[in-house]
Amino acid sequence: MGLVTATTDRVTIRNFAEFASLIGAIAASGFRRFWTYRQATVAALATNTMFGFLRTYVMLAMAALTPVVAGYTGPQLAAYVWTGQGLLGVVMLWGYADLADRIRSGDVVTDLLRPIHPVLNYLAVDLGRAAHGMIFRFLPPVAVGVIVFDMYLPQDLSTYPLFAISVLLAVIVCFACRYLVNASAFWLLDHRGVVMVWLFVSGLFGGLYFPIRFLPQWAALLIWLGTPGPSMLQAPMDIFVERDPFRVQLAIVGVQVFWAVLMLWACHVVQRRAERKMVIQGG
Amino acid sequence: MKVIEARGLRKEFVVRVKAGAIRRQKRVVAAVDGVDLAIERGEMVGYLGPNGAGKSTTLKMLTGVLMPSGGDVRVCGFTPVPQRVKLARRIGVVFGQRSQLWWDLPLGDSFDLLRHIYRVPAAEHALRLDRCRDLLDLDAFMQTPVRQLSLGQRMRGELTAALLHGPEILFLDEPTIGLDVVSKQAVRGFLAELGEKGDTTMILTTHDLADIERLCQRIVVIDHGRVVHDGTIQALHDRYRSRRRVIADFDEPIQTDIRLPGVELESSTGTRLIFAVDEVGPLISQLTQIGSLRDLSIAEPEIEDVISRLYLSS
Repeated sequence: MGLVTATTDRVTIRNFAEFASLIGAIAASGFRRFWTYRQATVAALATNTMFGFLRTYVMLAMAALTPVVAGYTGPQLAAYVWTGQGLLGVVMLWGYADLADRIRSGDVVTDLLRPIHPVLNYLAVDLGRAAHGMIFRFLPPVAVGVIVFDMYLPQDLSTYPLFAISVLLAVIVCFACRYLVNASAFWLLDHRGVVMVWLFVSGLFGGLYFPIRFLPQWAALLIWLGTPGPSMLQAPMDIFVERDPFRVQLAIVGVQVFWAVLMLWACHVVQRRAERKMVIQGG
Repeated sequence: MKVIEARGLRKEFVVRVKAGAIRRQKRVVAAVDGVDLAIERGEMVGYLGPNGAGKSTTLKMLTGVLMPSGGDVRVCGFTPVPQRVKLARRIGVVFGQRSQLWWDLPLGDSFDLLRHIYRVPAAEHALRLDRCRDLLDLDAFMQTPVRQLSLGQRMRGELTAALLHGPEILFLDEPTIGLDVVSKQAVRGFLAELGEKGDTTMILTTHDLADIERLCQRIVVIDHGRVVHDGTIQALHDRYRSRRRVIADFDEPIQTDIRLPGVELESSTGTRLIFAVDEVGPLISQLTQIGSLRDLSIAEPEIEDVISRLYLSS
């Protein structure tokens, strides 16, 4: 496989500044790209906010029965919902088809003609998009949650940087999962079936429909450790609502690091196989 | 110095054909079947062939995005597939039906991104971009998102994008496809000027033979995966005995039985006679004697004719 897969330059201390500038420039392009679609951002924001209300009332109805549900108080559940609604647009759980579209159109061949690893290229664009999402998709729904509901805000200052790190890792894990879903188009061309499965599984295991902690402990643990789902959405939400002590929060970030590394490696392997397919079979 | 060397270059594809209700049979098809190619620095080579002849497949193998099934190939001293990333810094590629620009961003942003991706020093980038802006008239749409550009504008953007890192070889796969006359002329003029400087080697595949006539001294014609001609356009005309045409219009209907060596009467319709000739001089002196000549024109041999004869014969 090594014979047909070209490698990009290794990042060393000497060229790190150049590398960082490259990633920064590509990420900035991702930010600008989404900045151009302001009406779409407003429409998505309105939808997220509307569903935020629906989900908050359901959660609060549960909280009315018992003061603490699976370790969350009412205000924590409200925070869970609103940060979740905001993070949906940051991690971009759904609606990503950049790579699949390029595979179908054949434009993906130009990705191979650039001296940059395609996974790194797409990741850098996604980081820029996530930065746009953090400002325009995350902050407004959280502000609505704070204004309208008795919503929990982190009490410990150390939670904020930890939350930022966790969001970054969540974006990386979610990107890697989306990339793999898209990359299935290298073999299937029409990857809509895979997307349908992804729509259901990502929302469920990501903790969007309900917190994974609502499940029996063994099932929750299995999902946390055995799937990347919670690492791409629930992890930063749990850190934000300070459900767990600091050392558990750190462990959650540790699990995210594990999944980020594993999933990026999976993307690298799949990309190599896809390139091999394209390069040998002319796919 | 040779920048491209290919010997016995082959690419086979496995296709499955129906051989019953369920059964499929595998068949191996050679898209490129033993191509030899040696291209010197600064050459402008037209790579021609009918649809499905293997032109794009060859280009993909030369640029490192397709693995040859056999043969040897070196481009800029690299073996294209395993050294694709190193090679990518030394070549520029324009696929007429693919885009390398960022769809949602202004054209200028795409150029800036490419500067970072190819790690081109800012001053060098600015110099090349200024030249392209002048020659390709880009200023009017530098801030327009790529998705809003016309095909002609986009193609001018694609050409610029392929040249900003100063490639030694420019691969152009049907760069004028779908363009209007004005845009075609702009692209051809730009490429001609680039070629005159002599430091960029260009390989051009196209179905538009006017591109070839305007730009390329040397043409390589491929059919069924094999090279059927490699030489100048004149050599191709000589090979197929392409001849100039003399069209003579008389004041009155005329019958003639002019017999000269290398002259053949192609058609005679009333007042118009059309001859295919090797040499024009002797015929003209004869024509002035046989009647009252009203008009006379000489048409150079058409490259379309000779190429279509070549395709048909191969």
